[in-house]
Amino acid sequence: MNQCNRINTVGNVDSMLMGISRLTDRTFRFMEVCGTHTVSIFRSGIKSLLPKEIELVSGPGCPVCVTPVAEIDRAISMAALKDVTLLTFGDLMRVPGTSSSLSKERAMGKDIRVITSPLDALEAAAREPERKVVFFGVGFETTSPAIAASVKEARVRGISNFYLLSSQRLIPPAMKILLSSKDAKIDGFILPGHVSVIIGKEPYSFISDEFSLMGVITGFEALDILEGIYMLLCQNKEGRSEIEVQYKRAVKEEGNPLALEIMKEVFKTVSARWRGMGMIPGSGMALREEFKEMDAAEIFDISCEDKPDAPGCLCGEILQGIKTPKECSLFGTRCTPQDPVGPCMVSSEGSCAAFYKYGG
Amino acid sequence: MMEKNILLAHGAGGRLSHDIVTELFLPFLKNEILSPLDDSAVLTVEKTRLALTTDSYVVKPLFFPGGDIGRLSICGTINDLAMVGAKPLGISAAFILEEGFSVEALEKILSSTKNAAMEADVMVVTGDTKVVERGAVEGLFITTSGVGIIPEGVDVKSSHATPGDVIIINGPIGDHEIGILLARGEFSLKGQIKSDCAPLGKLVQKMLKACPTIHAMRDPTRGGIGTVLWEIANASDVGIMVDEEEIMIHEEVRGVCDLLGFDPYYLANEGKLVAFVPREDAERVLGIMRADPLGRDSAIIGKVVDQNRRKVLLKTHIGGHRLLEPLSSVQFPRIC
Amino acid sequence: MCLGVPGKVVSINEDIAEVDFGGVRRDVSLLLCTGVMEGDYVLVHVGFAIQRLEKEDAMETLQLLEEFIRG
Repeated sequence: MNQCNRINTVGNVDSMLMGISRLTDRTFRFMEVCGTHTVSIFRSGIKSLLPKEIELVSGPGCPVCVTPVAEIDRAISMAALKDVTLLTFGDLMRVPGTSSSLSKERAMGKDIRVITSPLDALEAAAREPERKVVFFGVGFETTSPAIAASVKEARVRGISNFYLLSSQRLIPPAMKILLSSKDAKIDGFILPGHVSVIIGKEPYSFISDEFSLMGVITGFEALDILEGIYMLLCQNKEGRSEIEVQYKRAVKEEGNPLALEIMKEVFKTVSARWRGMGMIPGSGMALREEFKEMDAAEIFDISCEDKPDAPGCLCGEILQGIKTPKECSLFGTRCTPQDPVGPCMVSSEGSCAAFYKYGG
Repeated sequence: MMEKNILLAHGAGGRLSHDIVTELFLPFLKNEILSPLDDSAVLTVEKTRLALTTDSYVVKPLFFPGGDIGRLSICGTINDLAMVGAKPLGISAAFILEEGFSVEALEKILSSTKNAAMEADVMVVTGDTKVVERGAVEGLFITTSGVGIIPEGVDVKSSHATPGDVIIINGPIGDHEIGILLARGEFSLKGQIKSDCAPLGKLVQKMLKACPTIHAMRDPTRGGIGTVLWEIANASDVGIMVDEEEIMIHEEVRGVCDLLGFDPYYLANEGKLVAFVPREDAERVLGIMRADPLGRDSAIIGKVVDQNRRKVLLKTHIGGHRLLEPLSSVQFPRIC
Repeated sequence: MCLGVPGKVVSINEDIAEVDFGGVRRDVSLLLCTGVMEGDYVLVHVGFAIQRLEKEDAMETLQLLEEFIRG
């Protein structure tokens, strides 16, 4: 089919693993920032093949994990309003709010639908002019340009019943917070391949410049991830701490300037709360003034009370590698996979969920 | 712990479906025949073992590439009988029709029903028809029940998988669920994949003739092979190992899974079975299956072991391992 | 974060491309991606092409791997 993604022959994998093994001369703690990497790592069984000295830790790049309870509650409240149709990506349907979830609310009869593109929301609004179509937009830099383009399209097409409830976030600010503690035990990053398609290499330079750590922008096939790990180990062996691109077939150093331009035209950066990590300045996206008429947060009078995380949630420190799940007083009691508090448990492969399922 | 209200996920065939049966229905209805929760119940009348099964069909759309609700209603019930090794004696079919339903559409469905029954060598021997007001059902629901006889010497149960058993599947996974998804035009996708909806009774009879001691069989409908293998591992208290490289998935199905972030092991099938065959009979049974039109792509996908009991370990395409857990809920398309 | 899938552009109509993914097809917006032509491969996320995939770069990855295996 497509050479781009059928490179995972066992032969290539074995060679890569040998190379990794040769360069593993101590323990390493690498963070895969992106939830999609976490799923790829899980589904390909990579952890069972790596030397045990290499620990892979799931980072905060997962909308399921980091969307705060208050924002889920707000979306639920919005869906309860008269004539509102709430559309969102499937990722958020089961994220628990204070007392319900979007999927449960749909079961109770609210007009909540799953879509796979913000343009679908536009089409729904065009087809059903009597409805107030609210798109609950989540995602990171990969997704925000697409949402921005859809907002512009709504204006071009004169669709006046389309609204955006933005819950979008930016990755580098969250990574800075993770690294801010001097106790943070992260040796290097497997950087998000598709976010980087948009933003390129430069936004990660603080990782090497300020923190002297390494990062490799990596693709999502098993072999990509293995090569990314190999490149991190090479950097370590050669005493380098740089940002490199493994995912060359998709990532250009300058990113996608057109996508960035459209994103900046429509969105401004704001502070945003991340589950388990608190308020991070400049880490969220909100519609600019010029697009106010589509801003669901402004138009619909639903407050989003800033509910801090449950006291005792140690996700921030667990993500940094400072604490382990066992050390969290909520682990296994107040916080379980069925009833999670922080992102490390919400994500089915987050540190706490994995610990809960598989043990240490 | 049960929810206060029923969710769509309770019908998805995964963990929540399991929960609703074990925590809500069984407390009221349990008995030694029902409680094993196999595909069919086994009733003993003097020396004869009868299999009894029932299923409701609520599929949308009613017509899809590869079949329609009529065909599905026969195949599903025939397959449930087949999974306990029973030869079908007769099927009942109850139709709940929405006021205003097209007679022409009903005739098409009845024709499919008839053809599927003929393919399966069974007759619809009794039935019922109800009409409800517009909106009370969407078009048509069908409930079918089936009765069959289990031949002597055949004892196929989810709890009989034994270390050493070889696991065989009769073809690629995911066609039904993806075929339906495409037929619904959901998520703006277009494709050619057809449902694999088919009656497996005759294939199973051939398999049992060659090897009456097949230990366990299940058809991986809602919840997919991931769920079914886990259920058997737990019912039999054994470990299961399967090899990703041996599990066939059509390119188009893979494409949809890539696009929507689906895990193919949890996709529903309506013309597939997994059989747990004693090792010494495996090659012979495989040969018989491959000679049948419904088993051309049959393959050995794994085996039963004594270690890692109650767990299903999948050897991945790069030689690593992952645990296959049962589907906990509906799979929603992901963007991340 | 994010599912991005490579597909082949089958046809283009203004800023919408029909893209093929192993036999499955979807309409994809080209609003974020310039210079895309029929026959190109694009990386698609939430119904948008976010990058044109250079065949040369795809081959480069494979070459790196082969050198690595040999070396």
